Amino acid sequence: MAHIPDGLLSAPVLVGGGLLAAAGVALGLHRLDERMIPRTALLAAAFFAGSLVAVPVGPSSVHLLLAGLMGVMLGTATFLAVLVALLLQALLFGFGGLTTLGVNTVNIALPGVLCGLALGPLIRATARPSVRLAAGALAGGLAVLGTGGLVALSLWLSSSAYTPAARVVIATYLPLALVEAFITASIIAFLARVQPGALRPAAP
Amino acid sequence: MTAGSIAQTSPQRDLRLNLVAAFIVLACLSQLHTLPVAAAALAAVGLAAAWRRPGPQLWRRLLHVEGFLLLLFATLPFTLPGQPLFSLGPLTASVEGVERAALIATKVSACVLVLSALLGAVEPARLGPALRGLHVPEAIVRLFVLTARYLGLIRDEARRLQEAMRMRSFRPGTNRHSWRSYGHLVGMLLVRALERAQRVEEAMRCRGYEGRFPHLPQPSPTRRDWAGLVLALVFGLAVTIADRL
Repeated sequence: MAHIPDGLLSAPVLVGGGLLAAAGVALGLHRLDERMIPRTALLAAAFFAGSLVAVPVGPSSVHLLLAGLMGVMLGTATFLAVLVALLLQALLFGFGGLTTLGVNTVNIALPGVLCGLALGPLIRATARPSVRLAAGALAGGLAVLGTGGLVALSLWLSSSAYTPAARVVIATYLPLALVEAFITASIIAFLARVQPGALRPAAP
Repeated sequence: MTAGSIAQTSPQRDLRLNLVAAFIVLACLSQLHTLPVAAAALAAVGLAAAWRRPGPQLWRRLLHVEGFLLLLFATLPFTLPGQPLFSLGPLTASVEGVERAALIATKVSACVLVLSALLGAVEPARLGPALRGLHVPEAIVRLFVLTARYLGLIRDEARRLQEAMRMRSFRPGTNRHSWRSYGHLVGMLLVRALERAQRVEEAMRCRGYEGRFPHLPQPSPTRRDWAGLVLALVFGLAVTIADRL
């Protein structure tokens, strides 16, 4: 649901999204140490594989976005990981879009990076598992809501005719945010027990 | 890559120009405003795609629609004001709304066809040099190549982990136990990816990795490749001008 295909958005939204994405990617490149490239690439592949797992919700199923977790584990390199994953998806599988690459990168990565910056330090520093669970759930859920809001905003800015659909889009993100909050909390609790070093961001 | 495989891939079309051509055509198609022009463009793109004898998966790909496209198709006819066409209970569909929904469906289908026909069957190994040829920053190219290389492996790992869960009688449902189990699945995937990253980095350094991959100079595009790019430009310009007239 998060990737907008080609042929839907107006030119100003596409260009604006492209410029924002370029700024985010430049920031990620600036902060990423050369030696962290294999780590970032393998994590990007793992997040991609994780987002392909279908999680049942009621009669339907959802795919995870995992952007909040990416923000915690990759930091600003989330922009790079999302860009690479979306490019792979567009070029190899034909899903998503080429002209909407910038908009989609910002829609997914920006909320994740912000959640990672805001909640990452608390998740890494706290000694209490309950606080870590709550912070992890917040990071996962808020990142999804942020993405939903940005997708709706991209539609709404493109054409006033999309406004009713944009409102429904936000509503469809609510169950995903709930599931993602639970699953992100569980992943972070798992990593804190098994490999706490994994929660250090690849690029601050 | 062995000499044999290079000889095999060299007569293929130049991927750099292909990427540029695809981008130009998609950018032009996505900004069309009139239904007849968009329908003509879809017909042209469909004919061009059929000319290259694609497999059935290309046509099946057209049937996949993103969730919010369905939402748009459902809401646009009833929310766009205009001449009434038919009514469904208290809702009245307008001609303008139905036209707008048809325009979006046409444009999205044409874009999907262009993307899959021009770039659908590309091996990931060729994309790295092509992106470098287009002056994409070296770090992004390296990330892209490594991610593309290991995605298959990690997807297999995810599949094995899920099979193991099923063997232990895991029945997914809408409950906290299922969500915690999926959390452990993704967590395990991440732990294994980190371990693999460590091994990959050590192996790269053992082979004298100095911060960049060695790469062969790409053959320059042939006259046929340039002709393809010019054709794409002309097509893009033609539909844009026809649309604005």
